[in-house]
Amino acid sequence: MSVVFQKPHALTDAVLHYCPGCTHGIVHRLVAEAIDELGIEGKTIGVAPVGCAVFAYDYFNCDVAEAAHGRAPAVATGLKRAEPSNIVFTYQGDGDLASIGTAETVHAAARNENITVIFINNAIYGMTGGQMAPTSLPGQVTQTSPYGRDVNHCGYPVRICEMLATLDGPEYLERVAVNNVKNVRAAKKAIKKAFQNQIDGKGFSLVEVLSSCPTNWGMTPVKALEWIDEKMIPYYPLGVYKDRSAGKGEAK
Amino acid sequence: MTHSYLIAGFGGQGLLFAGKFLVYKGMLEGKEVSWLPSYGPAMRGGTANCSVIVSDEPVGSPIVDHPDVLMVMNLPSLDKYEDAVVPGGTIFVDSTLIERKVKRTDVNVYYVPATKLAAESGMTTLANMILTGKIMQALGEYDQAHVDDALHHVVSAKHPEMFDFNQKALALGRDYQE
Amino acid sequence: MKGNEAIAEAAIQAGCRHYFGYPITPQTEVAAYMAKRMPKIGGCFLQAESEIAAINMVYGVASAGKRVMTSSSSPGISLKGEGISYMAGANLPALVVNVQRGGPGLGGIQPSQSDYNQATRGGAHGDFHLLVLAPASVQEMADLTMLGFDLADKYRMTAMILADGTMGQMMEPVEIHPREIPECDKSWALTGTKMQRERNIINSLSMDPYDLERMNLERYERYAAVERDEVRYESYRMDDAEICVVAFGIAARVAKNAINEARKQGVKVGLIRPITLWPFPKAPLKAAAETCKSFITVELNMGQMVDDVRLATECKRPIITCNRTGGVIPSAAEVYNAIMNAQKGGQAE
Repeated sequence: MSVVFQKPHALTDAVLHYCPGCTHGIVHRLVAEAIDELGIEGKTIGVAPVGCAVFAYDYFNCDVAEAAHGRAPAVATGLKRAEPSNIVFTYQGDGDLASIGTAETVHAAARNENITVIFINNAIYGMTGGQMAPTSLPGQVTQTSPYGRDVNHCGYPVRICEMLATLDGPEYLERVAVNNVKNVRAAKKAIKKAFQNQIDGKGFSLVEVLSSCPTNWGMTPVKALEWIDEKMIPYYPLGVYKDRSAGKGEAK
Repeated sequence: MTHSYLIAGFGGQGLLFAGKFLVYKGMLEGKEVSWLPSYGPAMRGGTANCSVIVSDEPVGSPIVDHPDVLMVMNLPSLDKYEDAVVPGGTIFVDSTLIERKVKRTDVNVYYVPATKLAAESGMTTLANMILTGKIMQALGEYDQAHVDDALHHVVSAKHPEMFDFNQKALALGRDYQE
Repeated sequence: MKGNEAIAEAAIQAGCRHYFGYPITPQTEVAAYMAKRMPKIGGCFLQAESEIAAINMVYGVASAGKRVMTSSSSPGISLKGEGISYMAGANLPALVVNVQRGGPGLGGIQPSQSDYNQATRGGAHGDFHLLVLAPASVQEMADLTMLGFDLADKYRMTAMILADGTMGQMMEPVEIHPREIPECDKSWALTGTKMQRERNIINSLSMDPYDLERMNLERYERYAAVERDEVRYESYRMDDAEICVVAFGIAARVAKNAINEARKQGVKVGLIRPITLWPFPKAPLKAAAETCKSFITVELNMGQMVDDVRLATECKRPIITCNRTGGVIPSAAEVYNAIMNAQKGGQAE
């Protein structure tokens, strides 16, 4: 009997704490598959965020540092500078990366820090129970925008890939989604590339993953996946925003 | 024996440099020394000063509240520190830049037109060292070997030509007679 | 050499090859020195985008098991507080330098000791301490920097150099020699598993209160060892002293001048100078309370260390405070007057 499907080695046996229908599990798996396929588990160091993925250190089968809220790129900078031959990645949500940690994100990108950033954008604060995120859509109802996000009152969502693409620094920026098989396959390719870039010494590589949060969106898992197509992708178009080595998005 | 120097004037007059020179000279003579600058915006043009202590004993506080040697290169500094000098102490005045006389009668005073002397000898930036040369002469501490040794430590390696200029300026101050 | 430069060079001699900082007066010479030296010795100097980023870069290098430091001045240290707390929770060794200036808020840029409480009480959220070292000379700026790295490694905690603008800016003769770095087990470090060991985790989180309590108790066992073995202080002319001055850093230097003056007048006065502010030298102060009739504290703040002196002496003797704040340094004359006041049997102000 041959094994046709199994858990990646780079994931531990711990049971994920994520809610049913949450796409964190998919992204964890994609990251672990990339680590397996590139054969880098023994020299990979993860940096876990604050937010839903705060327990990521229980799931990835490599050394992991837990960072303060938003500071993962700074911690990763330290880890990478301490031992440049290691492969360092951060795994951050939207509140962590695009709100409290905006400065760390922008400056790690500006320095073209040779790290890999996995950015989960699900347009909401999951861990704390569904508050407005920097990426919540205009009109989106959350616990702290109960009448819908009013852009005149609390401003507009932040488009991280577009924003970072204006910088000369970063090597690679791509937005993907994990709401259907085709998108998941594209996400896998992007994540693997983001690690390969680091191995090749190319620099800052960020993959923004549009993800679902059925619990806090108040939807069934299936409906939530559809919502990504209907609402999120129109506001956050998928695609490569910068790929310096391929000549895409290079600043003039 | 302890000398506490207060060297005061405008930022940019080389006050900290003069203090540094005295401190190196003291150190090379085997004394205990400390050098404490005023810092912050004063470094960029305002009134600046530095405290220098050269002593046979370990230095306690590096702050000179009551100098026995005051070197002043602008009027506000003379106004501010004249009364702080210990009785019997000595004040060295750049008389090109400070027109008034010292009011105190219980201190020794040397008036040296340092800025004018510096300009006349083509060393406009070295009035500080002319005054310093006078200080060492007046205190009986002008030892050429130690002076040269200290200059080697404080003159930037990038500007070796400044060694000779500093040496000349110190000698000019030493030899000046009112 | 300036005090700030002495710290930087001593750190390099102590094996520190990573420095992260952000400009702030009066400590910027540390960063400038590191920027010059690190690239030449294969080290890493990086000017971070903020104090917050800098301390988290320190967290990263410390997680990797390497010696690392950052430096700042009072307002910047407040920003670093978050990272300092996380490092305490994650048991990470590092050296943080605070060249204090007057506060609160943006305060001023002149020398101060008004971060005493912040430093000796950890300075951020949670149950923890920093090992706080207070240099009183440029030589000590260097020596305590080296010691700070060793103790940080030994006890897996962050050490802090609590200096002030005077110490940072002043120049004195200093000798810094390369030294042997003590052996230290860092098997906990994030070096990559190399597929040969169980993975290591560096974190400060535990959702189980009993587990978190256990972690805190374990940390405080180490703190107890620090309090037992690492107290450092200087005793100056205390043999026959009836009045005990307590001061650290620049205040102690000023106090020595005043003490020597008072001694000339026949006043039996001495100084206890805490070198470690945490752990605080409680025992010598308790002993002094048996032999001295009164105490004088000299601080560049509104009176912060005086509380620790009260605790150490169990309030047995009157304490006269001699404080200046906002960046003003007490003069030797002010301390002298306080000593004479105590001699006359003056009570605490």
